[in-house]
Amino acid sequence: MTATAASTNPATPPTATPAQVPRARFDAIPLLLVLALAGLALPLVGSVPTWLTLTLAGLAMGMIVFIIASGLTLVFGLMDVLNFGHGVFIALGAFVATSVFGLMGDWTGSASVAHNLAAVFAAMLVAMAVAGAIGYAFERVVVRPVYGQHLKQILITMGGMIIGEEIIKVIWGPQQIPLPLPQALRGSFFIADAAIEKYRVFAVVIGLVVLVGMLWVLNRTKIGLLIRAGVQDREMVESLGYRIKRLFVGVFVVGSALAGLGGVLWGLYQQMVVPQMGAQINVLLFIVIIIGGLGSTLGCFVGALLVGLMANYTGFLAPKVALFSNIGLMVAILLWRPQGLYPVTSR
Amino acid sequence: MSTPVLQLDNVHTHIGAYHILHGVDFTVPQGEVTMLLGRNGAGKTTTLRTIMGLWQASRGRITFDGQPIGGEGQRLSTPEIAQRGIAYVPETMGIFSDLTVKENLLLAARKARTVDDLDTQRLEWIFGLFPALKKFWLYPAGKLSGGQKQMLSVARAIVEPRKLLLIDEPSKGLAPAIIQNLIGALQELKRTQTTILLVEQNFAMAKALGDSVAVMDDGRVVHRGRMAELAEDEDLQRRLLGLSLAAHQ
Amino acid sequence: MLKRLLSHDLPRSRALAVALMLIVAVLLVVPFAFPGSKSLNVAAKVLIFIVLVASYDLLLGYTGIVSFAHTMFFGIGAYGVAIASSRMGAGWDALAVGIVLALALSLVLSLVIGLFSLRVRAIFYAMITLAVASAFQTLASQLSEFTGGEDGLTFRVPEVLSPSFEPFEEEILGVLIDGRIISYYLLFVVAVVLVLLMLRIVNSPFGRVLQAIRENDFRAEAIGYRTVVYRTLSNVLSALFATLAGCMLAVWLRYNGPDTSLSFEIMLDILLIVVIGGMGTIYGAVIGSALFVLAQNYLQDLMRLGAGAVEGLPVISELVSPDRWLLWLGVLFVLCVYHFPSGIVGRLRQRVQAAVR
Repeated sequence: MTATAASTNPATPPTATPAQVPRARFDAIPLLLVLALAGLALPLVGSVPTWLTLTLAGLAMGMIVFIIASGLTLVFGLMDVLNFGHGVFIALGAFVATSVFGLMGDWTGSASVAHNLAAVFAAMLVAMAVAGAIGYAFERVVVRPVYGQHLKQILITMGGMIIGEEIIKVIWGPQQIPLPLPQALRGSFFIADAAIEKYRVFAVVIGLVVLVGMLWVLNRTKIGLLIRAGVQDREMVESLGYRIKRLFVGVFVVGSALAGLGGVLWGLYQQMVVPQMGAQINVLLFIVIIIGGLGSTLGCFVGALLVGLMANYTGFLAPKVALFSNIGLMVAILLWRPQGLYPVTSR
Repeated sequence: MSTPVLQLDNVHTHIGAYHILHGVDFTVPQGEVTMLLGRNGAGKTTTLRTIMGLWQASRGRITFDGQPIGGEGQRLSTPEIAQRGIAYVPETMGIFSDLTVKENLLLAARKARTVDDLDTQRLEWIFGLFPALKKFWLYPAGKLSGGQKQMLSVARAIVEPRKLLLIDEPSKGLAPAIIQNLIGALQELKRTQTTILLVEQNFAMAKALGDSVAVMDDGRVVHRGRMAELAEDEDLQRRLLGLSLAAHQ
Repeated sequence: MLKRLLSHDLPRSRALAVALMLIVAVLLVVPFAFPGSKSLNVAAKVLIFIVLVASYDLLLGYTGIVSFAHTMFFGIGAYGVAIASSRMGAGWDALAVGIVLALALSLVLSLVIGLFSLRVRAIFYAMITLAVASAFQTLASQLSEFTGGEDGLTFRVPEVLSPSFEPFEEEILGVLIDGRIISYYLLFVVAVVLVLLMLRIVNSPFGRVLQAIRENDFRAEAIGYRTVVYRTLSNVLSALFATLAGCMLAVWLRYNGPDTSLSFEIMLDILLIVVIGGMGTIYGAVIGSALFVLAQNYLQDLMRLGAGAVEGLPVISELVSPDRWLLWLGVLFVLCVYHFPSGIVGRLRQRVQAAVR
């Protein structure tokens, strides 16, 4: 990820005016791609209201996928660990949400917006906490013993996913459980002829909050600096005196918590949860992080939006092609930028 | 005679099945520049990496500031060793390419939370040694030239005071003019009584900077002494390093 | 003579040899010793899985490549036979056409995937194969005119193999011989031949190079072996054998659908078996498949007994519920990856080595 804004620095001598100090130019092309895709879809779809609905659906889905995948890409970039079991945290978050909603039934059922939102936020927080805690255990028990051994990592994280799914079935049962939206989030606004679903707007807002939060931590705090440096050269960061291994666990836990949050949002999006829901979107997650560039948060964001939009547009225009459209998108982008939209230079 | 900052006793290092260091002994006196010379493959980089804990010494002892940091017994991790006050400038420079010069330096300054915490005076001093860093302050470090990256790597090691600097072949791949700049900067550094262990193949640089010298061959130290004496003894130079001073101006 | 047959890759452990002989013997006599359609089905499934998992061992155990596209080739084989038999009508020519076309498609696909993806890191390759297999599964259910969509294809097999064919009026050894039993023995012979063939391959110079690449591809490249070529070849061979396993499946079931051969659950099963049985041994696939398929069908009854004992207790009864046997298998799998990479076969062989010392 390239540095974005400059910061005021008292050590920059007054003799060098800002115009003379060379700085990195922000690469906005991938972001423009998102706009281009949306723009391209408009004439194909035909009607503006339908296009609006589809675009919003795509953005919402993209945001949710971003939230889930953001942890995955950072964990890979920093620790060189590809967690094939990441999906289990999604399912875990979603199922925890069903339990929380079960406990807060009167609040989700009530007409008060405040109660509804409180219930949703409670579910999100609890899901994140549980997913984070399980993530910690997962890192220590499953992942840590196989750092650096990619083959074993793939196998073991898959094994972890199998075990996780089964344990979810043990606790909540093997069948799907409905996760209905609380009153206040149902239905749509109407702007001109277009139906703007309230929940989708909510998901987009949450997604943006997560994005801004992540970018802020990564670019404005020392820990973020450590993470970005660690993604490039772990050994050098250790040589500078930082115990980066402790950071690993933290990033893994945050990634798992975010997956849990994504699970809640995804479950509400589909209005139901199944134990396999994590495995179902595994493929989508990988496509997104490859498109974005492994280790890049902004890349993951753009990739997720592209995938979400693509899925919704093709779902409307040519349903049979939907899954292939994403793979096609990935191939097209890799042909243009083989390391992903925002490549991270490593070692 | 002050206690040496760093002492290696009979240090052996194995990498996998390969036995690279065969009992390395030398000391690094305080406030001086100690040169570590030797042919390619003599084990110089391995020695630095072993000191830094990146590779574990299988036998022997490494003592820093009177405390054991590696070898049999005490085995500290690399971050712990760095925190004790050793800075490492690797052969590959270890620059974080996507981070700006500013961010690279900020990272190296462990005590600084944000850029405002950096010691302005020290920073000005660094800019004095390496003006290019001032110019490219907000530039991604990966886009700097080779010489500038080397400067940045050294600057990172001195952005906060450290007890010992380990520098590995800074002149490698640099043009002669840049090497002169580097020598100048390091001589400035020397004036501040910083203790440095410098690995170099460039004998002119060694002669300009070194106070003591240890020469390695085949994973062992084969000569110890003062740099000045080695610089005058051409026969010794030829025997140890296979060159004469004239050949490396 | 036996040594030559096994390509000098002996079990090297009495326990293992006994187990293998037992499995082969039982499989040989199932139609007579355990009459009934369920046991025959289980035995056929064991045979098919042995070939399928052994072909995966070639890829994972011997070459060190993790691919999630194996079920795709399995499915291609099954669909090949299914589509050919549906379109051309039952008959040996339909089988032949189906098998040949399926092998051709698998050859092309595995070549393309191999060349394109094997130049990238293992992690990328795993992700790409996951995506490709997923896409293929969707494709199979979408192209319904061709593949029968979600419902799949039911078809007839050559007369000799169909259940209504009864060559002998009298019972032989207490069992009435019909097409099913003949099919079964056909599968048996094919399975034996394919496994011996795979043993031949992994013990050939080619196989040794594969193992060298698995251990240290950098060094192998330095010695002069073009690792991309070898890996691609291994990919192709593995795919071809999996395709044949798929053909076997279709002939036996006389039906094929997207879930029968393409589902991710089957891919996970293969992974579980190959790791627990023992990677890089081929024999591991034999032992593992036998144990797995038996467990899948009969262990559940056993667990049901256990579940009865802890009926009232809330979580525990769920943990030992026969539907959750995958949980324990998963735990066993993880333990094997950590501690017993050569699985059951490896453990058995280790005992011998320890005793010899």
